[in-house]
Amino acid sequence: MNHETESTNQGRRDFLSAAMGVSTAAIAPGVILHTPEASAAPRTDPVTDVHRWGLLVDTSKCAEGCSACVDACDRENGLNLQAAPLGDDAMKWQNQRATWIRKVKLQDNLSGQITNLPLMCQHCEHPPCVDVCPTGASFKRADGIVMVDSHTCIGCRYCMMACPYKARSFIHEQVDQKLTRAPRGKGCVESCNLCVHRLDAGDLSTACAEACSAEGHRALVFGDLKDPSGPLRQALAKQRTRQIRQDLGLNTGVRYAGI
Amino acid sequence: MKRIVYREWLVQPQRYWGLLAILAAVVAVGGLSALYMEHHGHWVTGMTNSVVWGMPHVFAVFLIIAASGALNVASIGTVFDKKAYKPLGRLSGLLAVALLVGGLLVLVLDLGRPDRLLVAMTTHNFSSIFAWNIFLYTGFAAITIGYLWTMAERKGHRLQKPVGTFAFLWRLALTTGTGSIFGFLVGREAYDTAILGPMFVVMSFAYGLAVYMLVLFYTFDADGRPIGPAMLKRLRSLLGLFVSAILYFTLVYHLTKLYGAKHSDIEAFILINGGFYSAMFWVGWILIGGLLPLGIIYHPELNQRRDWITAACALVIVGGFAAMYVIIIGSQAYPQEMFPGHSVLQFGAPGDVGGRVAPYSPSLPEFLLGIGGVGLALLIPAVGVRVLQFLPESLSDRDIDPHASARPAA
Ligand code: SF4
Ligand code: SF4
Repeated sequence: MNHETESTNQGRRDFLSAAMGVSTAAIAPGVILHTPEASAAPRTDPVTDVHRWGLLVDTSKCAEGCSACVDACDRENGLNLQAAPLGDDAMKWQNQRATWIRKVKLQDNLSGQITNLPLMCQHCEHPPCVDVCPTGASFKRADGIVMVDSHTCIGCRYCMMACPYKARSFIHEQVDQKLTRAPRGKGCVESCNLCVHRLDAGDLSTACAEACSAEGHRALVFGDLKDPSGPLRQALAKQRTRQIRQDLGLNTGVRYAGI
Repeated sequence: MKRIVYREWLVQPQRYWGLLAILAAVVAVGGLSALYMEHHGHWVTGMTNSVVWGMPHVFAVFLIIAASGALNVASIGTVFDKKAYKPLGRLSGLLAVALLVGGLLVLVLDLGRPDRLLVAMTTHNFSSIFAWNIFLYTGFAAITIGYLWTMAERKGHRLQKPVGTFAFLWRLALTTGTGSIFGFLVGREAYDTAILGPMFVVMSFAYGLAVYMLVLFYTFDADGRPIGPAMLKRLRSLLGLFVSAILYFTLVYHLTKLYGAKHSDIEAFILINGGFYSAMFWVGWILIGGLLPLGIIYHPELNQRRDWITAACALVIVGGFAAMYVIIIGSQAYPQEMFPGHSVLQFGAPGDVGGRVAPYSPSLPEFLLGIGGVGLALLIPAVGVRVLQFLPESLSDRDIDPHASARPAA
């Protein structure tokens, strides 16, 4: 993983150029392919709806106290480079810094049972954030990934009001350090994009799922919801899964087992 | 009715320039606050990823709905043909535009990227009510200015009624649109109701009229123009009606929420155990903004006195801010319910908020930005009434309605 950083606001990589194309390289299920994205040639073929990317979270496998997915996401998307502005309250900063994925711990009110799960943007098929965005900066790619075009986001935060999962973060501070693959700018909103830079470079994986597997938990399965023989559909076929706030009918791309 | 004579505001120069200087200073402080927020980023405000809209939105939404309400006075004159309201029309239009400009400026300066305003004006996502509001707001300003022209220009008189009616319908759309900004948020329990649109409409009637009456009283007192008791009675009864309507809609709102049992937690939060937010609701929204002003308006002696009526207007406005605070901030502070039947023990890193009430304390700059918007909303009419003929020379009952003066004053 290269960690080149960029210390100016200039030269932000255009998210839209990423939206232009996705590699359709065929990779056997389970094979993790690493492509240093900086060297990947820009895609020319458009993103199609042949795929719909998604995740399955098996909460029974999600371990208490483990934060491998969160840490991996932070490193992958440069979230660990954020620094609390001088003079900001430490607790307030935790609620102001960008968070793409968080560990949530629940207790059943009746049985007292504890459930752990990672929560990130659910990549809704009918995303409320996209519906409300006045400029169209929030958009859904043909392959189901919901993301923000940081060039047209005006920072109105209406999408954050609309998201039922508190999945989005506003950049409250001046950004000094960031990664080329995760452009970040003060005054814009961002959220999990299913490691779109990996996908567009032909690497069918996300940092969180990879890290979870590396820890031996395998609570996260990434894959194509439209591929009946792919790993995700295979895993989904084996157990009963739900969507968080299923009542809203958003048809999320992230499914949970055991909640 | 005698011909109404309009005249520029003739307050003494020292007083006028003093007032202008104060308002300009307020606007300047608001502008500096915005620059400060812009330079550092929003971390200098109390806003977080949980409470994403803070104090500026409280001010902006109040000003915007008050704007459409202020135009109501003119509508009553032209659309509903109440002759007595005709002389009030010009000031009504002026105030409406000014309040809207003040509110919109606050809204824009609170954006993360106000420098991208052009993007907002040129790229539209038409499924977004927010994008529609951009048209509703600019259209409202344009129509109101046209409406003012029909009132001021002899040639335009013919058009006054159609343009006035159009403006009236537009303003209803505008307030409903503003209310719908919240109504569309499916993931937030407090907003998930259709009653929010109409509730914003009655709120706009009351807040707009209260602001209108304060400005009218102040300008008339300052250069000694008379307001007759019958006119005073008309305005205060109207205010009483609107304030009662707010209370009624508030009741309906909470009843519908209580009826839909899944909302009872947010109801308990706002009504009972929300601490500061419950206090804001009962003391601010209901008592200060509702019961007290109604007490004054329907009190047989107090309601004859201009200073008491002025106080009632001020209370309605204070209550309006409290209501906006509860609606906008309270419902964000309340945790989004994602896991029914479960308690959230942990949500991200310590300090990250989920499953419990999010803390929010407004910082000075964001408050000053809001006040700056109010300053601008008053600076515009202060200049307007001085240089142009917005104010009728007299609102004495004899000049407005000769028959009324034959009767003993109420
Ligand atoms: S989870 Fe939230 S941010 Fe993600 S697509 Fe759905 S509404 Fe948008
Ligand atoms: S903050 Fe940005 S992405 Fe979100 S609704 Fe506003 S413009 Fe769209």
